[in-house]
Amino acid sequence: MKRTLAIARKEVFHILRDPRSLMVSVLMPLMMLLLFGYAIDMELRDLPIAILDQDRTPLSREFISHMTSSEFFIKNADLASRDQIEAGFRRSEYRAAIIIPKGFDEKVTRGEESPVQVLVDGADATTAQTVDNYISQVVILLNNRLVENREFQATLLDPRIRFFFNPQLRSADFVVPGLVAVIMMMICALLTSIAVAREKETGTLEQILTTPVLARNVMIGKVMPYMLISAFDAALVLIVGYFVFKVPMAGSWLVLAGYSTMYLLIALSFGLLISSVSKTQQVAMMMALLATLLPTLLLSGFIFSVDSMPLWLQVVCHANPAFYYLKILRGIMLSGHAWYPLEGGIMLGMAIFLMTLAVARFRDRLE
Amino acid sequence: MSKPESNNHIAVKAEKLTRRFGDFTAVNSIDLQVQKGEIFGFLGANGAGKTTAIRMLCGLLRPSEGEAWIEGLPVSKSAEKIKRRIGYMSQKFSLYNDLKVWENLEFYGGIYGLSKSEIESASDIMLARLQLAEYRNTMTVELPLGFKQRLALGCAIPHNPGIILLDEPTSGVDPIARRKFWDLIYELAESGTTIFVTTHYMDEAEYCSRVSIMVHGKIVALDTPRELKKQQKVTTMQDVFLKLVES
Repeated sequence: MKRTLAIARKEVFHILRDPRSLMVSVLMPLMMLLLFGYAIDMELRDLPIAILDQDRTPLSREFISHMTSSEFFIKNADLASRDQIEAGFRRSEYRAAIIIPKGFDEKVTRGEESPVQVLVDGADATTAQTVDNYISQVVILLNNRLVENREFQATLLDPRIRFFFNPQLRSADFVVPGLVAVIMMMICALLTSIAVAREKETGTLEQILTTPVLARNVMIGKVMPYMLISAFDAALVLIVGYFVFKVPMAGSWLVLAGYSTMYLLIALSFGLLISSVSKTQQVAMMMALLATLLPTLLLSGFIFSVDSMPLWLQVVCHANPAFYYLKILRGIMLSGHAWYPLEGGIMLGMAIFLMTLAVARFRDRLE
Repeated sequence: MSKPESNNHIAVKAEKLTRRFGDFTAVNSIDLQVQKGEIFGFLGANGAGKTTAIRMLCGLLRPSEGEAWIEGLPVSKSAEKIKRRIGYMSQKFSLYNDLKVWENLEFYGGIYGLSKSEIESASDIMLARLQLAEYRNTMTVELPLGFKQRLALGCAIPHNPGIILLDEPTSGVDPIARRKFWDLIYELAESGTTIFVTTHYMDEAEYCSRVSIMVHGKIVALDTPRELKKQQKVTTMQDVFLKLVES
């Protein structure tokens, strides 16, 4: 314990006497959250669309005004015939075209189902999917109004989709937890990745290895101060997410802190493991970046849904701590659910496993 | 040649100690015995294999063949026990530049498992001995090289080891600093500490009780400086060295 504390104390000196690095480790996560938070805004606004109204009735006009009065779309073109549609797509004048066929009003009035054709530019698949979702939403809204106002029998298609936990499907609510997982994994791994490699470069490791200090003293001693920094970072990022991006906090901050500590420990241990196997600080930092950024971004369920991945990739995702943390994080923030024995247990196991591995890989010899 | 019962007065022993890096043999089957209380000079040109050999003696490197003993304990099997009995100062003066002089001593005291009060009392004595008392709160990075070197020695021995292994402790410093450093080494030796020191300064070799001379990974001579000079029929260690290396 004395030895562990000696290492921790020395590490604190290193951190405090290098204010630039300390600033970077506090400001970087904040910058990343703000940059990514605004950049990966998955919401679309004022998307240009084209309308081809072949019906030209009060109802068709009402439908159109519903579409364009939402903040999602603006009407960029009124088309006269179907032949014009493709040319406009090619010139990127609009991303979607809505065709209201003749007889739209009539069919609705008779209480029949009335098809409306929507053509979406599929070149950008993500946008296409979002457009599709929005149009469906507008149609549902209109349906509801028709059913209410005109005292129709509810024969129109009426799926009544309601989103629990994120009723407006605000993308920030979805993106910010993901960003917290990505940023914290990256920062923590970076913080500790240089911790051992630096001592290899300066030669102090050689001296330490001739003392009776044990690998676990070194590893735990090095993790302790960085745990404080990363806990501060995590709190900062979560609080900014809450106030700037207005992410809800349905659950308890305390529960969140508990699970986050486990996640941070995983990331810090991972950084240490990288540090013990790399010869220079530069190699260690590159490895830490490569090994954390893409997997937490792509294989955690943040950007791509894990359920829609091929089986082998799903297996890979289940080995990713960010996958579990994200699940917990979204749960606590959006639904307030606090009890995750499976995910929490797996994360705890991962933290212990990685720390043990880092200790085992820390050689008590040179070579 | 060596009998086990004679081990209690032998501080450092090596038998057929060999280290290969790929095809290159850095240390080629060296044998040596260092008596307790001796100042043993481990001489050789740059690249002769001195550092590799001393690292094997400390347990920092695993030998390819052979074995080394510290106070009768085989290094390969009792690495942890040996670490408490030796103090090692590497060529690079492994100090933390962003720590104050006193904090470096405190840190190394701490990882040797000394308590806070032990560290405090020991550090004051050590600082006085190293003639660094007035630099107690100086950042290590600001120290001149000669001072760093004395501090590095202090950091290697907070646990009062019986054996101190020094790898080129005086390389790159001025003659006055070298003299001061050797005064410290004498002081330690007088109190019964065994000193194992590598160097390529032949004037330093004259200060040693016995020396070995290493050429291309092999020990080519091992005796007292006086005996070696007599054997080679020369008057200085410098000439002994040149003769042996060139032959």
